[in-house]
Order: sequence, then structure tokens, then C-alpha cells
Amino acid sequence: MYSDIVMDHFTHPRNTGVIEDADGIGEVGNPVCGDMMTFYIKVKDNRLEDVKFQTFGCVAAIAVSSMVSQMAKGKDLEEAKKITNKQVAETLGGLPPNKLHCSNLGAEALTLAIKSYQEKSGTTSKAGAA
Amino acid sequence: MKRGYMDHAAATPVRPEVLEAMLPFFVERFGNPSAVYDLGSAIKAVMEEQRGKVARLIGARPEEIIFTSSGAEANNLAIKGMALANFLKRGKHLIVSGIDHHSVLNSARFLEKFFDFEVTFLPVDRYGRVDPERLQKALTPATVMVSIGHGSNEIGTVQDIPELVAVCRAAGVPFHTDAVATVGQVPVDVKELGVDLLTISGPGLGAPKGIGALYFRNKLRLVPQLNGGIQENGRRGGTENIPGIVGLGRAAELALQELDEKAVYLAKLRDLLIAGVRKNIPEVLFTGHPEKRLPGHASFCFEGIEGEALIFLLSSQGIYANTGSACASKALKTSPVLGAIGVKPEVAQGSLVFTLSRSNREEEVHHVLSHLPLAVERLRSFSPVWRKKMAEVAGA
Repeated sequence: MYSDIVMDHFTHPRNTGVIEDADGIGEVGNPVCGDMMTFYIKVKDNRLEDVKFQTFGCVAAIAVSSMVSQMAKGKDLEEAKKITNKQVAETLGGLPPNKLHCSNLGAEALTLAIKSYQEKSGTTSKAGAA
Repeated sequence: MKRGYMDHAAATPVRPEVLEAMLPFFVERFGNPSAVYDLGSAIKAVMEEQRGKVARLIGARPEEIIFTSSGAEANNLAIKGMALANFLKRGKHLIVSGIDHHSVLNSARFLEKFFDFEVTFLPVDRYGRVDPERLQKALTPATVMVSIGHGSNEIGTVQDIPELVAVCRAAGVPFHTDAVATVGQVPVDVKELGVDLLTISGPGLGAPKGIGALYFRNKLRLVPQLNGGIQENGRRGGTENIPGIVGLGRAAELALQELDEKAVYLAKLRDLLIAGVRKNIPEVLFTGHPEKRLPGHASFCFEGIEGEALIFLLSSQGIYANTGSACASKALKTSPVLGAIGVKPEVAQGSLVFTLSRSNREEEVHHVLSHLPLAVERLRSFSPVWRKKMAEVAGA
């Protein structure tokens, strides 16, 4: 049902946790539907210095969150915003069709976290923070 | 690796004794029971012998048993067959419980959609039981039949059927029960229950997939749902599945011999499992009735986590269970049974169901109890829902 990469990220999720003094937080989904993801980011020099997440959901949702965190960490903010759900699914070696929509929300949660940081800091483009 | 297969409601291995009884009927004894020569008539005799064995298991007469391809087919035949045979005389209203099997609920919906029947889906209490007073109130002069399942494979509750039958009998309304979850697990006697129709499925008894049966009281009128020849007295067409029927007969025979001892054995394992889970895991909701339940059934909802993820973590330890979570269902919807007993949707996501069999051992239960708390804790450790819950608890 799931690829080896999905199972690896599910069994050993990277970057789980909470950043207490996060620069941005993004939350998508809700537990009633079965999937909920919260992404926390720490920004330095307009780059994602740290990314952590918490996820309530199925195998796919957990693996997606883990993969997004790994793909995003260290990236320039605008670059990180370009990560798409499709790329995430492809990097995971594919997802079952019925999981593509409801569980593949990681990129959205990450983008929301970045936007919340940019709104807060008034930096909507490459103006640079820090 | 230690293992613990505890999803017997989904699939149960065929018992070796059953397989052995079936084997001659594939190649050597292949005859068609409808054929008049000896190759056929001998098979016919074997088939009738099996009918007797199935009948004995539930206190029925052989001629009251119709062999079907599954419990689902038996439910379809019972509901559509009864409703369509009798609506001209009685009317187009039928009553089912909200927690019945899909084959019951969707047969009712089929009649609603294509034949303008009116269907009452009875609510249940928090244990999953139907209130006889509510049933009484739902009956109308047009009620053609009532179908309420005996045991629930999702929450383990066993319904008080005689109490419900009494209400229907007083109104002269025929009563069907889906007893797939109970036959072979607890004593089931059609006379004690008082039912007019009852569904049996082979796999739960250690017979193969692809065989089931419907008990029906002989005076009832039933329209076949599989039109064909005059097999099964014209109530179900198609050449009979003789190996399957022989398997069901042998499985029924064994089930009757072992019933009492099996129920005691399963209940002991079940209670050990339930007590261990409750003791070792916080914020767990036990679902279904605490006492009136299937002897081998334990079901829970773990707050803050999702069932499919839990099942994958458990299966990596050789532990196999089931869930009513939305993510694990093809329809991506949480179990309607959990909704019907009032479990909140986000809590229902964390559902886990164990169905035991005689092949399970106490050490397997200990194996589960040593891994389940860790798996739940691990998923909760990165769950935003759990974090919020803990923050609320700390703030309260």
C-alpha cells in the first residue's frame, strides 16, 4: 500500500516537535477529517534555520509532514514556499490515490507558517529578516 | 518474532478439519446435486446432511436453512426477499438499526431508492443497544419487517434480541437478525431468540470465505434475489457450492461441540486485554457494552491519535487489529457505528478493534500489552491534538 520511503518516514519521522519561540506557525486540517498538521519555523537570514512539526493523522500524513520538514530545512523562504504537495508525494515515491488529497497537506502547512512569519515581520519578499 | 493476529472478524483461517472435509468434493466427488444419477444423488445426500448440521447449531430444522455465498448475500435475501414478497400485503415500511452491517443498511437503502420503501434507522444508546420502546414506537401498520443485528463486530455489543422480538411479535411483524458476529461465539438458538430469519457466515466459524446461510421460518414468503433454477427450493438459484457447504457443515459441527469452552476461553483473554489497556494507557475510551458483549471482542478509542497509523505501528510488531478510522476506510469516513453510539468524530479516528479466536494465546495478549502503550505514546508524542488536550487538562 505504501512505498518504502513513506514507511521509513512514518516509522522514523524527522523533525517532530514544537518550537516554543517559533517565528511562524502554520496549521492545516482538523481532527474530524482525520488529518491535522502544525508546522513551526525558525528563520535566520531569510532561511529556514529550523522546521518542526506535529501531526495527527494516518501513515501518509505523518510521512508527508516529515518529508516536507526535511525538504524545507535550510531553504530560502521563497524557495521553500515553492514546495508543492505534488513534489512531496513524488519524493515519497508516490502515495495511494485516496491519500493524495486529504493527507497531502504538508506543503500548505509549511507555506502558512512562512506567511505568518512574513506578515508578522513585514517581510513579504526577499527583503531579509534577522 | 512474537505475533498476535487479532483481526478475526476480518478474516479467520480455515480450520484444518474443515479443509480436510472439503477436499474430496473438488475432484473426486464433483457431481452436481441436481443430477439424478448416483454421482449426483450422493452429493445431494451429503448436502442435506450439512444442512442438518448447520440447523443443529442454531436449533433450527434442516429445511429452514438456505445456503448462500456469504453473510452479505443472506442479509440481502432476508431483507429484499422478505420486503418484496410481502409489501403488497403489509406495506412499504421497514426498520433497521443504525449500527447494522453495510449489507443490511444498503439493502434497506436499495429498497428506499428503487422501490419507494420508507426506512426507519433506529438510534442506539451509548452501548449500541436498541431500546424496545423506541422500536415499538417505530412500528406502523405498514411495517413489513424489522432487521436488527445480534452482535456488533465493531463495538462487540450483543443485542437483547428476545426483548425486541417480543415487541414485533405482538404486532405480527417478522424479525430478522444478522448473527454473523455471534454464531459460533455465543449460544444462538432461533427458538430462544424468537427470530423469523437469521444470517450466518462461514468464515467466522473456520469455514472458507464464500459460504453463508440464511435461516428462515418455513411459512414465510421470500422472493429469491439470485434467480436461477430450483436449487434451495427455488429460493436461491445457482449450482450449490458443495465444497463450501461441506466446510460450513463441518465448521458448524465443531462450533457446537466447542461452544461453551470457547466462550469461556475467549472471555478470559478479552478481559485480560481490556484490563491491561485500561491500566496502562491514559485517555482511552472503551467502546460497546461492558458485559453484554462478544466473548472475543475488545474495542477502544485512543484520544489524540489516528487508527491507521496505530495499526501500521502495531503490525510492525506482528500485531494485527482493525480500526473504524476514516483514513483506513476506502470511503474515508469514520465508522457510522461509533457515531451512532455518540463517539465524537475526532475521538473515533483513534479507534482500535481486537477480535480474538481460539488460536490466540495469553502470551499474545501480553505481547500486545507490552507494545500497544508504546505505540499510542509515540503517536501522541507528536500529535497536535494530544498537545492541545494536555494543555486544556493542565489549564483546567
